[in-house]
Amino acid sequence: MEKEQRIAWEAQCIQEEPPACSTTCPLHVDVRQFMKEMAEGDVNEAYKVLRKNLPFVGILGRICTHPCETKCRRGEVGGALAIGSLERFCVEHYGSPDRVKLLPRKSKTVAVVGGDVAGLVAAHDLRKKGYGVTLLEPGNHLGQSFRKFSEDLLPDSVIEEELGALKDMKVDVRFGATLDAAAFEALCTEFDAVFVDRTSSECASLPLEKDNDGLIGVDPITGGTSCPGVFAGGKEGEVPIMLAADGRKGALSIERFLQQAHMTIGRENDGPYETRLYTNLEGIAPLDRVRCADPDVGYTLGEAVQEATRCIQCECMECVKVCQYLAHYKKYPKKYIRQFFNNEKVLLGAAHSSNQTINSCTNCGLCAEVCPNDLHMGEVCLEGRHAMLQGNYMPPSAHEFALQDMEFSTSDEFVTCRHQPGTQQSAYLYFPSCQLSATAPAEVLESYRLLCENLSGGVGILLGCCGAPAYWSGREALFRETLKTLRQQWQAMGKPEVITACCTCQSVFSEHLPDIPIKPLWQVLENNALIDNACREKDAGKTIAVVDPCSSRYDPEIQNGVRRILGNLGFTLEELPLSGELAECCGYGGLVFNANPKLDNAIVTRRAGENERDYLAYCAMCRDKFVNVGKRTAHLIELLFPSVAGNDPWARGWISWSERRKNRRRVKDELLVNLGETVEHTVESYEKIVLHIDSELLRTLDSRRILESDLRQVVFHAEQTCKRLRHNQSGMFRANHKMGNTTFWVDYAPEDEGYRIHNAYCHRMNVTGVK
Amino acid sequence: MKFSEEEIQNWKCETCGEGLVMRKVEFSYMKGSFHAELPACPKCGLVLITEELAMGKMAEAEKALEDK
Repeated sequence: MEKEQRIAWEAQCIQEEPPACSTTCPLHVDVRQFMKEMAEGDVNEAYKVLRKNLPFVGILGRICTHPCETKCRRGEVGGALAIGSLERFCVEHYGSPDRVKLLPRKSKTVAVVGGDVAGLVAAHDLRKKGYGVTLLEPGNHLGQSFRKFSEDLLPDSVIEEELGALKDMKVDVRFGATLDAAAFEALCTEFDAVFVDRTSSECASLPLEKDNDGLIGVDPITGGTSCPGVFAGGKEGEVPIMLAADGRKGALSIERFLQQAHMTIGRENDGPYETRLYTNLEGIAPLDRVRCADPDVGYTLGEAVQEATRCIQCECMECVKVCQYLAHYKKYPKKYIRQFFNNEKVLLGAAHSSNQTINSCTNCGLCAEVCPNDLHMGEVCLEGRHAMLQGNYMPPSAHEFALQDMEFSTSDEFVTCRHQPGTQQSAYLYFPSCQLSATAPAEVLESYRLLCENLSGGVGILLGCCGAPAYWSGREALFRETLKTLRQQWQAMGKPEVITACCTCQSVFSEHLPDIPIKPLWQVLENNALIDNACREKDAGKTIAVVDPCSSRYDPEIQNGVRRILGNLGFTLEELPLSGELAECCGYGGLVFNANPKLDNAIVTRRAGENERDYLAYCAMCRDKFVNVGKRTAHLIELLFPSVAGNDPWARGWISWSERRKNRRRVKDELLVNLGETVEHTVESYEKIVLHIDSELLRTLDSRRILESDLRQVVFHAEQTCKRLRHNQSGMFRANHKMGNTTFWVDYAPEDEGYRIHNAYCHRMNVTGVK
Repeated sequence: MKFSEEEIQNWKCETCGEGLVMRKVEFSYMKGSFHAELPACPKCGLVLITEELAMGKMAEAEKALEDK
């Protein structure tokens, strides 16, 4: 991941953007955090939150005109939070202000001319940063604008107490200061920088350029005047919180000026601005503002807490809400992106936990669909997988099994490319997919027969794999190679229109082989009136829940077509919480089933519980994965071809990885037989071994990704070499054999013509020496 | 990993006809290597790795090395 890419991706994730209340506040008070503390009844912590951004918090907390409330999102569901009243409650409740902590004294000094709100805030902020500050007030009082409020609203005693802080901070306050041109010139010489509070009428006579209104002219971003090092702010008639923001702006500019830093860069959000944070209000029940029992007294603690509890704690988290993977690792995209980047570029792949995180995304794209900025974590994770492969720290276990399965599907064991029996050309090319052939071989053959009988111009068949596992695992070269082969096969067949029965194949072709015309089987069957609407008579009226595969997300035509077909067959349909454009992945996508079986299982188990009806899938992996966790699920192709012997779609159980391979072979063999070709298989000696395995053990071994061919090879090897352990009492053998990166152990004993398998397990760790 | 005497005594290396004894066994995986005391044939060094060890401690160690 390059830095520019990281920055671009991070910018798409707006979870860390501050909420509207804070960005509307001229001083960016963390209102959300303030509300959180108040809701917990922790007034002291709430006060600390205010104090962090508000100078003279006892004053501003009482008289702020709370522009934040106009943008409070709670206002759209009930009424805006009483932020102003809660601030008042908090500062009244807290009492006298704490001492302001100052940074170590710096050598530079600043003069602040005029002691109204802007000047006071500038003096406060600069002194807090450690600068020596002299405040020159022509009159006898500080904070004129504060003194216009009634005693009820802002008691004089509070003003004195709060402004007393300046004395504690050792701001040199000089009353009755003369403000003529000569005095100003002297100030500019004596001090390193000057801030002028324009609220004082005396300041108008200073020798600085004026704007159209006769005020000292200032740069809108910095508050800089015509004289270098002199900054100004404040304006008669402005509300105190805006005056305070002007003072803060001046102090920030002076700090930059004294540090010789850039004056304007990164200051877009100094004052109030529009936040980029997105907060979805769907499902939030409206709640009205809590009223004070006695308006003269204001909120009681109980009322204040209750009011603060109404805060919805604005955040985005749209993707995390719908993605079990993102929720699982307890972060949000911006944090993941930073973590992946640091792992790759800073720690060079040496950080714990990033690897599995990167390999646990299903790449389904639901995050991008719900993200206000279309951030696709699948793309981020895919890039991460490429980097892991390039850096040579991709764990071999992550995708090996899935890639071996793909290797089988792209080998002679399965690959077949033929014209329709008796023809020499193909107007169509049926590409049923490796996984549908693996789980519903008879239906695949039957559907091919139907297409051959009813479509004119010849229907060729292509058995193979679209390369999705290579793509998901980040094996780009293998993926390109697979696509190249597919294109060559398609060209050799005379560039026919492809018909596929798999949404993943459909999306891979559409995206990566866009010049190859492709249509889903379901559409072809429907358009050519090849569906017998009465074929599911006995199921008529049955209510089922449709499972859209994630790969159908941007194909409403397929999604609607499947629903129409099911409706015509007489089914009543229910929708899962997330479907259509929001379709979820079953965990096969991104090869998560291989890289993180635990998360994969959690995803599919949760999804299986989302509707009590039987499910209907039109993705082979969805069907098999739901069935694997005990959910009655049928595949659409099984509904459409009830003529297949033994076809009882809802009763068909789980299927092992070994069985899947057998079924693919079967599809190929039967096709070749139909074409009158001789089917020849080279049978390895170990393949002749007969195994006896009870069904429960078979299930366990399948979950350990141990194939029957693995068992046979271990037994064969042990029988040939006699390298094995023998159990003294039972006579059972325990043997191991390393194949590829995995060492398999098998407990077995001879039985009848073959061998009884008692157990098997495997590991990747290698024994390198015995002492 | 502890092995009971009984477990060790239950197995015999078929080729050598020997009972198993505890041996220091070295392992490696990805960029890590370590060793453990495991039962093995004193003659040919055939090591006994149990299901418990393979699916437990070894799987954990593999995971830790993969995620490193």
